[in-house]
Amino acid sequence: MRDTFARVLKEEMERNDRIVLMTGDLGFGVLRPLWERFPERMINAGIAEQGMVSMAAGLAATGRTVIVYSIGNFPTLRPLEQVRNDCAYHGADVKIICVGGGFVYGSLGMSHHATEDMSVMRAIPGVTCFTPGDPAETEAVTRVMLRRKGTCYLRLGRGNEPKVHPSAVKDWVFPKALTLREGTDIALLSAGGILTQAVDAAERLAAKGISAKVVSFPCLKPLDEETVRELLAAFRGLVTVEENTVTGGFGSAVCEIAAEEGSGCRVRRIGLRDCFATVVGDQQYLRQVYEMDGAAIAAKAEELLK
Amino acid sequence: MESYEARIHSGFPEGKPDVSDPRVLAWLIRRSGLEMTHLSRGSHIGSVFSVAEIIAVLYTSVLNVDPKDPKKPDRDRLILSKGHAGSAVYTALAETGFFPVEQLKTHYANGSVLSGHVSHKGVPGVEISTGALGHGLGIGVGMALGAKMDGADWRTYAVLGDGECDEGAVWESALQAAQYGLDRLTAVIDYNHMQSLTTVEKTLKLEPFEQKWRDFGWNAESVDGHDTEALKAAFGRAKENAGSGKPYVILAHTVKGKGVSFMENNILWHYRTPQGEEYEAALKELEALRP
Repeated sequence: MRDTFARVLKEEMERNDRIVLMTGDLGFGVLRPLWERFPERMINAGIAEQGMVSMAAGLAATGRTVIVYSIGNFPTLRPLEQVRNDCAYHGADVKIICVGGGFVYGSLGMSHHATEDMSVMRAIPGVTCFTPGDPAETEAVTRVMLRRKGTCYLRLGRGNEPKVHPSAVKDWVFPKALTLREGTDIALLSAGGILTQAVDAAERLAAKGISAKVVSFPCLKPLDEETVRELLAAFRGLVTVEENTVTGGFGSAVCEIAAEEGSGCRVRRIGLRDCFATVVGDQQYLRQVYEMDGAAIAAKAEELLK
Repeated sequence: MESYEARIHSGFPEGKPDVSDPRVLAWLIRRSGLEMTHLSRGSHIGSVFSVAEIIAVLYTSVLNVDPKDPKKPDRDRLILSKGHAGSAVYTALAETGFFPVEQLKTHYANGSVLSGHVSHKGVPGVEISTGALGHGLGIGVGMALGAKMDGADWRTYAVLGDGECDEGAVWESALQAAQYGLDRLTAVIDYNHMQSLTTVEKTLKLEPFEQKWRDFGWNAESVDGHDTEALKAAFGRAKENAGSGKPYVILAHTVKGKGVSFMENNILWHYRTPQGEEYEAALKELEALRP
């Protein structure tokens, strides 16, 4: 997703000379083509995220679209007050980019696990939150994001992820969810790169004769409530999947709607259950340990159908 | 019942103060600051009184701004990073014609646009809403960077408190400003040597403060922050600093609560609201100081 983002950003920077890229001293390989092509529109703010985000707000006020790039929690939790007060409150045209949502940097340890950002950024008024599920969604979402004004948060995975969508996501309508797979017994709703696990779960369920629909939400906020309501009406049970805490993120957003609808459809949330990932391991290992992988999702779905 | 404006302007010839004179505008900032804090039962009068001449000189003698065109593209930008002194900027804006002086009486009031910390929403002339310390300089860095990228000559001024310089974000911004050579950015520190529980010295020492800024790659000078002529000269040097490759900081030595004897250097008046006899006594002292 990271490389797709960089490629699309380069194309957009070619056509729009008011886009400026800021990094907190990160992105060595990924951003090099950009800083070589647009040296006058590239700012390395240093390892100084609060200063960087305030600076982004001020620069945006001079009629620019400012991309703020960092990894893990560094562009969100560290400068959160700046995101809230300087960017979101002012409607600043600043796009906060996180590479490494969830457990991408698994083995590096908890400081590099972005597992509360979806909850926290969702709670800030005036921040549009994008959670693309694969490189194809990333391309669509990035273009839309760069052509809309306002503060945005884009939570990416890493480089070299597999594509989940069989082809390009053409003409994506903001903020609609995308169906990856039809199904009739249960629906699996996913936000972010953990989409691969939702698809894997659907395949496991199919092998047991359970038909699971898979829907990806490339936009966490605003949430495609219409689709959520349709799914609540059409199914007895939904499983939400995110590489994020179950508290306050995507699953909670779906539960909010479910509770208000009162349709009788039950929701189960897959995610980190209010804990830090303290075991050492890579992304897939941690997903297994913390019961967020395809097998765990399928098991939760089966449990819900009993 | 007399209007707010009449009450503030009474005592001037024909009720029309000469707001082009920074000493007059500074007095009006104190007078309205007292009145607004009294009416709202608000705080921060000490901070408003210390920054009065700084704001007055900026609006009378330094800033290229137009009350009839608050968003003209080539305007100078002022950011009040110490947002709790918002009533000082509100008063300066009203008195120089950005909005009616009468509106100042709505400070803090339910339904008004004049919030306790300076707000840009619905207030012509305010660039940025602040209140959480440590943000304003960084926003100024971004604006000055934009100006530099555009090859524009307009200036950016950020007014900070001394206690505010405890915030690490201020120093991130200081490093960044120097790195990008933002020589059309000027920071002004309202150096009143007091914070909210005690003095700066007993909280987190800043001295040698001027040296710290130089060490961060800034051109720096110190000035008496209540001497309007000295401030004008300092801002003149800040303006000429363009082309030096370094941002500029003016350390304006001030007195918290300046203008009312029992408020001066008195930590109580960071928060305390002027009511009853204290309000009357403060008013009497200010009246005697009217230019």
